[in-house]
Amino acid sequence: MSTDTAPASPPPPPPSPSKSAGSISSGQDTRPGDRVFAGLARGSGIILLVVMAAIAAFLAWQATTALTENEGNFLTTFEWDANADPPVFGIAVLAFGTIVSSVIAMVIAVPIAVGIALFISHYAPRKLAAPLAWAVDLLAAVPSIVYGLWGALFLVPHVTGLYEWMDDYFAWTGILEYNGGAARSLFTVGILLAIMILPIVSNVCREVFKQSPKMQEEAALALGATRWEVIKMSVLPFGRSGIISASMLGLGRALGETMAVATVLSPSFLIEPSLLDPGGGTFAQNIAASFKEASAAGIGREALIASGLVLFVITLLVNGLARLIIARRKEYSGANA
Amino acid sequence: MAKRIDISGLSAYYGSHRAIDDISMSVEPRSVTAFIGPSGCGKSTFLRTLNRMHEVTPGGRVEGKVLLDNEDLYGSGVDPVSVRRTIGMVFQRPNPFPTMSIYDNVAAGLRLNGKYKKSDLDGVVEKSLKGANLWNEVKDRLNKPGSGLSGGQQQRLCIARAIAVEPQVLLMDEPCSALDPISTLAIEDLVGELKSQFTIVIVTHNMQQAARVSDRTAFFNLSAVGQPGKLIEIDDTERIFSNPTVQATEDYISGRFG
Repeated sequence: MSTDTAPASPPPPPPSPSKSAGSISSGQDTRPGDRVFAGLARGSGIILLVVMAAIAAFLAWQATTALTENEGNFLTTFEWDANADPPVFGIAVLAFGTIVSSVIAMVIAVPIAVGIALFISHYAPRKLAAPLAWAVDLLAAVPSIVYGLWGALFLVPHVTGLYEWMDDYFAWTGILEYNGGAARSLFTVGILLAIMILPIVSNVCREVFKQSPKMQEEAALALGATRWEVIKMSVLPFGRSGIISASMLGLGRALGETMAVATVLSPSFLIEPSLLDPGGGTFAQNIAASFKEASAAGIGREALIASGLVLFVITLLVNGLARLIIARRKEYSGANA
Repeated sequence: MAKRIDISGLSAYYGSHRAIDDISMSVEPRSVTAFIGPSGCGKSTFLRTLNRMHEVTPGGRVEGKVLLDNEDLYGSGVDPVSVRRTIGMVFQRPNPFPTMSIYDNVAAGLRLNGKYKKSDLDGVVEKSLKGANLWNEVKDRLNKPGSGLSGGQQQRLCIARAIAVEPQVLLMDEPCSALDPISTLAIEDLVGELKSQFTIVIVTHNMQQAARVSDRTAFFNLSAVGQPGKLIEIDDTERIFSNPTVQATEDYISGRFG
C-alpha cells in the first residue's frame, strides 16, 4: 500500500542497473497505477478530515463569540433574543424539541421500516417485492418541503382524530393530553419525520437482510423452524448491527430536518407539558426561521451557529453511541461465519 | 427412534428443469446409506427432498412419494416444518448460528419445540454434545460463541444440534468436504456410533468414505449435463465396491468415467 514501508522480501538483490523486464525484485518502484490510486485514496481521506475540522473550527469560533456575549444561560434559558442588547438566548427548548420529535419519529419508523424490509426480503413473492421496494425508494425522492406542505395542509387537520383517541386513553400520562387547537405540535412533527426517515431505514435494513447467510437460514429451517423462527434465529441476529446503523442514519436525518419541521410546527420558546400541544422548536427549524431576522450587526447569526454546534455534537454523540453498540457484540456478529 | 424411508417415483424440479428423475429406493433404519455420484447428478437435491428442504429453493418442486414408516411426507396436510423436526440435517459447510453460544446452538432445536426448562435443556445439551464427541472439548466454554470453534468442532456442534431433537433420520450432505483429514476421521467415527440410534443418509464425494462408513451405497449418475440425475443402482456397500451390477458404477468407482 504505502511505498515507504519496506516490502517484506527476501534479502535485497544486488542493485540492478536497470529494471529489466524479467526482474521481479523492483519492489521499491511500485507501478504508476498503484501510486495514483494510493494517492487518490489518501487524498480523499485527508480532504474529508480537513473539511470536518474546518466545519468544527468555524462552528466553535463563531459560537464562542456568541456565548461570551450571552446574558442568559445557554443551556437553560427559555428564550431566543439574540438580536437584543444585551442578547439573551438558550437552547433548552430547541434541544428538547429536537430530541423529542426525533425519538417519536424513531419509535414509529424503526419497527415499520424493519417490517417493510423483512417483508420485501423474506416474505413477499418476487413479483410484489420489486415494485414495493421501488415505492419505498420513491418516498425518499420526495423533497422535504413537499413533505412539509403535505404535513401542514393534510396531516395537521386530519391527525386530530388520532389526538382525540390518544387523549381518551392516554391523557392520564400527562404528556399525551389533547387540549384542542391545531395539531402543529412536536408529535405531528414526529409522525412526519417518521414517514421521511422510513425509506432510508427500510432500505438499509433490506440490503442487510438480503445478505443474511443462506447457510444459517437453512440451518434454522432444517431444525424445523417456521419462517418467523428462521427470521428470529438467523436473519435478525445477523442484521442487528445493520438495524442499528440504519436507525442512526434515520435519526441523523430526523435531528437535522429543517423545512418540513419549520412548515408544520407552530414555534414557541416554551416546553409544553403535552406533546400534543402546539409549540416548541428544533435546532434546525429555529435556524431556518430566525436566520433572516438575525442582524449581521449583533450576534444573532453567531447565536444560531452556536445552536448548530450543539446539534453537530448531539449527532456526533448519537453516531458514537451506535458504533459502541455495534462493537460490543462483535464476537457474535455474523462476520466470521 | 429410527424409521425406515421408502421412496417411490420421486422427481424433483427447479422451475421447469428436472434435476432428478423417477427415483425409487428404500433406506433401512439404524444403518448408514451413502449416496455417491459425480457433481450435478442430483444426489444433494435428492437428499433435500427427504426432509422437504428442496421446496424452500425458489422454484423447487417435487413429485412422487417419500414414506417415513408408511407416512407420506408429501401427503396433503403434512406440515413441512414438522417433517424437518423429525428428520435432521447436517450441511456441507459447518453452519452454527454465529450469534448464539455453543449451548444455545445445541438447545436451538429444543427451544423451537417449546422445551424451555433449564434443567431439561442442560441434560440434553450435555448428552448431545457427548453424542457428537464434542463435550470434553467445549464443556468449559459452553457460553462462548460457536463460531469460535475450529471447522471440525463446528461440524460436530452442528451434529450435536441436529441430534439434540432426537430425529428419526439424520441426513448429512457432504459433511466432511470442508474439513481436514483428522476432523473427517472424527466425523466418520461419530457416524459409526450414531447409526445404532439413527437412520443415517450421507452424501459424499469421497468414495473411500462411503466404503468406510456406509452399509448401503446408492450410485447416481446423469447421462449428460442438463439431463436429470438418475439412480443407477443401490446395494450393500461391499458389493457396490467389489462387484457392482452396472458397468457405469464400476467405471465410476474405479475412476474410469466420461
